[in-house]
Amino acid sequence: MSEMAQQGFDMEVQPSYLDKGYKSTLLRAPSRALVLPKKSLSESTGPLFKDFEIGALDHDLTKNAIKVAEPLGERIVVHGTVTNEKGQPLPHTLIEIWQANSAGRYVHKVDQHDAPLDPNFLGTGRCMTDANGKYRFYTIKPGAYPWGNHYNAWRPAHIHLSLFGGDISSRLITQMYFPNDPLCKYDPIFNAVPTKGRDLLVSTFDLDHTEPSFALGYRFDIVLRGENATPFENL
Amino acid sequence: MSAKKLQTPSQTIGPYFAYGLTPGQYGYNFPGIVDGMMVDKNDEGNVVQIIGTVYDAEGKSVDDAMLELWQNDGERRLFGRYGTGTDEGNKFSFTTVKPKSVDGQAPFINVIIFMRGQLLHSYTRIYFEDEETLNATDETLNSIPEDRRKTIIAKKEDGRYVFDIYMQGNHETVFFQL
Repeated sequence: MSEMAQQGFDMEVQPSYLDKGYKSTLLRAPSRALVLPKKSLSESTGPLFKDFEIGALDHDLTKNAIKVAEPLGERIVVHGTVTNEKGQPLPHTLIEIWQANSAGRYVHKVDQHDAPLDPNFLGTGRCMTDANGKYRFYTIKPGAYPWGNHYNAWRPAHIHLSLFGGDISSRLITQMYFPNDPLCKYDPIFNAVPTKGRDLLVSTFDLDHTEPSFALGYRFDIVLRGENATPFENL
Repeated sequence: MSAKKLQTPSQTIGPYFAYGLTPGQYGYNFPGIVDGMMVDKNDEGNVVQIIGTVYDAEGKSVDDAMLELWQNDGERRLFGRYGTGTDEGNKFSFTTVKPKSVDGQAPFINVIIFMRGQLLHSYTRIYFEDEETLNATDETLNSIPEDRRKTIIAKKEDGRYVFDIYMQGNHETVFFQL
């Protein structure tokens, strides 16, 4: 544990709080130097969800909100491995998922984009990594959508992912993008990540995990901060 | 020894997290994992309510932030999550027990803050106004200039703790590097 005590965000790949291209950061980014606290028990631990009971359809966004028919759009299966910075797989790690539907519309009440809602698609789910750190979920490929950052701004298609590692410093919320999306190069949120880190946010098409006559496969591996392999149970 | 893996970069939580991360609080038809009630109201510990508002650089209350609280004093490990989009005045509200002192440090609760306009989440700590003795000797609190220290000490008002968060400005909250 001692060797990881001072590891922080790797700013060669992480975005900064303040990013001029992403205008909402201007009023919301902390402006003063961060304080390094004396390490505490609370910070070397974090919430564990290994006993959390994932619902039977939580990992399948194509089915977990069906009212009358299948949701519209292209079915995909997303999979990958969650590891720490040493490459050790992180088992029993909770992944929460939310996204727009195939038309680029979120169910969220404040989304005013004039694209149709899909009555059979909620766009949220969750899954857990297995004993080898592997995860998999099914969904509909999300659509791009416009936003107000600048004239004619469009977010590339993306899936939001939220993960807990073994302690609160390994907490991660990120967005997974799709290969060869022409919108990425115009997107300030994607481009807030230094060049070296951008490819880490782009999934790869995976024919081996494409399910015949059912769903296209995409692979997205995730690396959480730190070198904890197993959370401390008894602290 | 294998090469170190690069961290997956953080991205903003965005404005539309509620149906995924705080669905129960916002009235969506999906079961959430956790909310602002970190303990039962009848918990035998020292049950406290913590409320507050998140302010941006112009002093406007933020209506699309999500806060997570985590505390571990060796006896109780408690976690809560709340969005600022449902309560009057865009307040957040947590019910928990006050943690005990660990290794002589002043008791505190870790806070993780996410919002649209944050590409990386922020960390702060909630300390308690009525822990004068331990606060006065706490190493972390004492490492912070006195005029900023009060930004992370919750005030007791009407039986509740109030902990407002200022992202920028004269009252900018102390944020930590974990």
